[in-house]
Amino acid sequence: MSIDWYIVLSALLFAVGAMGILLRRSPVVILLCLELMLNAGNLALIAFSRMVGNQQGQVFALVVMVVAACEVVVGLGLIVAIFRRRLPLDVDELRELRG
Amino acid sequence: VEAVLFFVAALGALGGAIGVVAMRNPFYGVLALVVHLFSLAVLFLLLTAAFLAAAQVVVYAGAVVVLYVFVAAYVGGQTESAWEPIPGQRFLAPLLGAALFVELSVAVLASSLRAVSTDGPDVAAGFGDPAALGNLLLEKFLIPFEASSVLLMLAAVGAVILASRRGVAEEASAPPVSRAEHGPAGDGGAGGPFERFAREERSASGDSPLTLNRRVASEEGPAAAPPTTTPS
Repeated sequence: MSIDWYIVLSALLFAVGAMGILLRRSPVVILLCLELMLNAGNLALIAFSRMVGNQQGQVFALVVMVVAACEVVVGLGLIVAIFRRRLPLDVDELRELRG
Repeated sequence: VEAVLFFVAALGALGGAIGVVAMRNPFYGVLALVVHLFSLAVLFLLLTAAFLAAAQVVVYAGAVVVLYVFVAAYVGGQTESAWEPIPGQRFLAPLLGAALFVELSVAVLASSLRAVSTDGPDVAAGFGDPAALGNLLLEKFLIPFEASSVLLMLAAVGAVILASRRGVAEEASAPPVSRAEHGPAGDGGAGGPFERFAREERSASGDSPLTLNRRVASEEGPAAAPPTTTPS
């Protein structure tokens, strides 16, 4: 398969993830959609690294994986904290920080 | 064979992604994410990134998804309200997603990158295996590697602090009136471990913090108010 198939698939996955973030309100699902977008970015990075024949893109994807894991841990900790305070788990109702 | 494998994995990845977006229950969304991640691992293998495919399965399907499953089970199924802050949001969002897809595809495919429509150059047998990536990571990219380890440490500490019960207990004793009513036990730490545990259990069973404090205060009564008679 040529590389452009992978790139188009990655763009499609990224668009699906972005659509999910626009559509859904539960913070858990929004974090899941963020995962989708990060994974689409990883797929594009690896496809381009294959295209160039250089492994440094794969190292970049590995670092992205680490950052995604950190983001998940902190995000889920926030969700647990929100749930413990019995605030609504809905990003449209948690809008006090909006100016 | 490669094309068949690609299309099967691509369909799996796409179906998993749509499942994540479309599932009402976050729990099923997490299960759809597992399908998506395994399909992506197959795609990584097709792109000769063996170590990343293994890391994808171990890190995501092993660790991250377990976290998601626990939190989704803990939070439970929340029904999303039908209220739309922006009118027409439900129809606008897929439209914007499609526009984003078209834009990204055009940006890549219509660029001057000629190599994008080839299979890529032939690579040696060791391309993307752990030894090659380890060499790169520990020689050329040593500083990002160490920085990411520091980041992981910070994230772990931050998550423990965020999700700990102490913040909730302090907030529950925050109203000054109730703290004056039931004396030093209101500090959240001075009431003895059993009483604190019981209070946390009660707060987990759905009372609001304010009524909870009043109830604790009324159960203790005025006899517990002097500091000398507090149970240790």
